[in-house]
Amino acid sequence: MSRRIPLKIFGALVALWLVAPTLVVIPLSFTGQRSLAFPPERWSLRWYETFFSDSRWVADLLNSLQIGALVGVLATVAGTAASYALTRGRFRGRGAVGALLIAPMLVPTVVFGVGVYALFLQLRLVGTFTGFLIAHTVLALPFVIIPVSSVLSRFDTTLERAAAICGASRGRAFFSVTLPVIAPGLLSGFMFAFVTSFDEVVVSMFISSPYLETLPVRMYSSIQRDVDPTIAAAATLIICFTSALIAIALLAQSRRRRVS
Amino acid sequence: MTAPSPGTRPGRPARPADRRAGRQADRARGRSATAVERAPGSRHWLLIVPTALLVLAGFGYPVATIVVRSVTQPEPGLQNFSWLLHDATALEVLGRTLVVAAVATLITLVLGYPYAYLMTVSGPALRGLLMLAVLMPFWTSLMVRVFAWVIILQDHGVLNTVLDALGLGRTQLLGTTTGVLIGMCQILMPFMVLPLFNAMRSIDRRLVQAGMICGAPPWKAFWRVFVPLSLPGVFAGSLMVFILSLGFYITPAVLGSPRQELLPNALYTQISELLNWGRGGALAVALLLTAGVLLAVTAWVSKRVTGKSAQVTGGLEL
Repeated sequence: MSRRIPLKIFGALVALWLVAPTLVVIPLSFTGQRSLAFPPERWSLRWYETFFSDSRWVADLLNSLQIGALVGVLATVAGTAASYALTRGRFRGRGAVGALLIAPMLVPTVVFGVGVYALFLQLRLVGTFTGFLIAHTVLALPFVIIPVSSVLSRFDTTLERAAAICGASRGRAFFSVTLPVIAPGLLSGFMFAFVTSFDEVVVSMFISSPYLETLPVRMYSSIQRDVDPTIAAAATLIICFTSALIAIALLAQSRRRRVS
Repeated sequence: MTAPSPGTRPGRPARPADRRAGRQADRARGRSATAVERAPGSRHWLLIVPTALLVLAGFGYPVATIVVRSVTQPEPGLQNFSWLLHDATALEVLGRTLVVAAVATLITLVLGYPYAYLMTVSGPALRGLLMLAVLMPFWTSLMVRVFAWVIILQDHGVLNTVLDALGLGRTQLLGTTTGVLIGMCQILMPFMVLPLFNAMRSIDRRLVQAGMICGAPPWKAFWRVFVPLSLPGVFAGSLMVFILSLGFYITPAVLGSPRQELLPNALYTQISELLNWGRGGALAVALLLTAGVLLAVTAWVSKRVTGKSAQVTGGLEL
């Protein structure tokens, strides 16, 4: 309809604003200049070279990948157990416990960051791998509990009872009946937990040390100090990585929807 | 819930002898019970214990420490809160944080309302594209987004080049609250557009046509019929955006100026640079209280409006 043309132009402008950042970063990472001038006048791969030949950038990338993968596993296991209890259990204070587990997502990260910093100073966990695992797992749990609880609450429990009637123990029934059905939910929970850890800056800034930091922390301090296009190369790598993971997670979710 | 099996509950008040017999029967059943007969969910709560302990120790305790330090550091008393309510700089930071949050809410509402409306009235292809664009900020990591805004907003950046070409002249954007708002609202848009879209999608648009048939001009039918019906979405989106914008740290730290600090940045400075845990704690309490009260209001209102318990997390599902 022609009378909606102004509305469509408006929509296009807002959409442009929403996608602009990604559109700018990727071309900039291929610039041939030493500045952040956009659009670049020359093209090259030198910033990727700088990134991969600088041992600190590479070390931080590897830290982020390792921490993210471990946090993904920890949060998925702990989150699934908690979701199972929350959706199946009948116990007092269920709502309160559920709210506690979701709270890390709602409390401003800077408040959580200073709190964890205080605790980790006492326990000497600042700048340690364990410290990162604890803090990131807590932050990632809601992103596992929300999708897994939602698949579990839609799961038909008569299947489990049928397994029990056939003589399966409760553990056996869970692993051979329930788990295959909720697996796509677990996969998307794992991906979101990984991405949460991989992207986290504020809390990581507090608990990192010069000996152990993650890629986003390095990007942050690098933006504050000297701005050179190596950050754009790092950013492009992050975009490719997280987009791939989220695409997998969404595919898993849409398959889940088709199944149920 | 388990239905009481017949035979265990006599219709008349139980006498001691009956009760004893019942207990014996219960014990006998308990011994021979299989997984099927046991009350469902009886021991499932055990599964939550490790996770709950982890969150209590790794989240509850740290946050509580900060709250406690606000009244114990450097000495027991309320001096940190009296500083917060009397110091000119602290009050300025508090006020600025609330104003920025309110402006961010207003901007996302003004831009998000027509956007969500366009999504509801357009065909599936265009709607898909608009949805993809609105989910894009979710897909890009925080550091990448902030870095991109530096490139776009810098003095010789993309936006200034465009402004110059349009004959509007260059202006400083990086290091100003305007710059912070441009970057902030971009990531906040999904939290506004998704609830709006959900509310608008469920409105029967024949009601607007009915208004027009009754003689109302199109704008009046829209304003008197469609807008009131979309208000639950407006309310949910606005509260969510307001709460979230109170907690922004990285975006103002990179795109803003230290002279125009927001509350989370002041909190960081107090603790990390001035080592003043007490005042930092008081700022944290202010932040938690504001967000907590608003969350409670959201939960209460959405319970009243929808009759269901609040789905504060609904907008966060990717």
